[in-house]
Amino acid sequence: MAFARPAPVLVVSRAEASSLRQHVGVGQIFAAFFIVGATSFGGGIVGYLRSSLVAKHGWVDDATFVELLGISQTLPGLNATNMAVLVGNRLRGTLGAVAALIGVCLPGAVLMAVVGVVYQIERDRRLVEAALKGVGAAAAGLLLVTTLQLGRKSLSRIDDVVFLLITVLCVNQLHLSVPRVLIVVGTAAVVWYGWGHAALRR
Amino acid sequence: MNDMSALARVFAGLSLLTVGGGMAAYPELKVQIVDVHRWLTLPQLDYLYGMGQVAPGPNMMMIVSIGSLKAGVYGALIAFLAFFGPTAILALIVGRLWKRFQGRPWIVAMQQAFAPVSIGLLLAGCLTFAKGAVTGWVTALIAATVFAILLRSRINPAFLILAGALVGALAFGPR
Repeated sequence: MAFARPAPVLVVSRAEASSLRQHVGVGQIFAAFFIVGATSFGGGIVGYLRSSLVAKHGWVDDATFVELLGISQTLPGLNATNMAVLVGNRLRGTLGAVAALIGVCLPGAVLMAVVGVVYQIERDRRLVEAALKGVGAAAAGLLLVTTLQLGRKSLSRIDDVVFLLITVLCVNQLHLSVPRVLIVVGTAAVVWYGWGHAALRR
Repeated sequence: MNDMSALARVFAGLSLLTVGGGMAAYPELKVQIVDVHRWLTLPQLDYLYGMGQVAPGPNMMMIVSIGSLKAGVYGALIAFLAFFGPTAILALIVGRLWKRFQGRPWIVAMQQAFAPVSIGLLLAGCLTFAKGAVTGWVTALIAATVFAILLRSRINPAFLILAGALVGALAFGPR
């Protein structure tokens, strides 16, 4: 048994090598996530991540992005930081995950630490609030584009669209919490697709 | 020293509640910060939360502000590590297991299931967000313009968001 141990390591590294058509350095990973972390104003960081990782760098494709996003949403933790860890790990293992996580968090964390120290400073509330209305509207446009682009690439069958609509209805009309929707609709979808595979193979 | 361990405990506990996004932990955050430990008053928390929404990067970075208010740079660091550390390690482990079991039938089924459900969650969040953000014809025009431009180009979205801020300041700001 003892000499059989290294086998899984070999499998993993070969799988990683085949999925990685390019060699991405830890510094590049840090830089890409740092830029997203420093420029993703207005919320909707998933949109910025897709814009950088899929459209600009081509490090992951839309299908992989959606797959990792699904894992991120299911696990505790923010979507943005979970995505950083998962994509960083895909590209360069643990070191890549750490670089991506620190990169995406650092700008906002430093800014908010300073805000914590000087939070009493007077400010022109009306101007800030007016600008924020514009930011919110623009972020809504960004999020909608991201959703559309991810959906166009990843949803090809009628049952995909049905599960998408059920999910939206559960959250927006029935006001179920996200964990509850994940458990109920997610389990139903896994059973549906799993059964489909079993049926095909028979 | 007590401050430090309390910060670590509170934020590590909160991090496990953030299934489906940072907002999920907000009610318990309010209870812990304002009611139980009295580190901030509710208006202070609301202000920091608002700042956190404006700041770039993952939301909920305001936990760093709370740490720095409470115990300076080390407080900020403790809050950050407690809030992001455990979930990051969990994500790393799951990411590796996921990769290792790739191709197994139940993983393939989960991959297929993730696509509609996670895009559905994204769309649901997007619609809720848009309902609050698009309140008149100016905001509708901003959202539609950003949508149309991003559909066609790979421009960094930050430029469009900043342009949105400018238009918002001009349209709704004090004259």
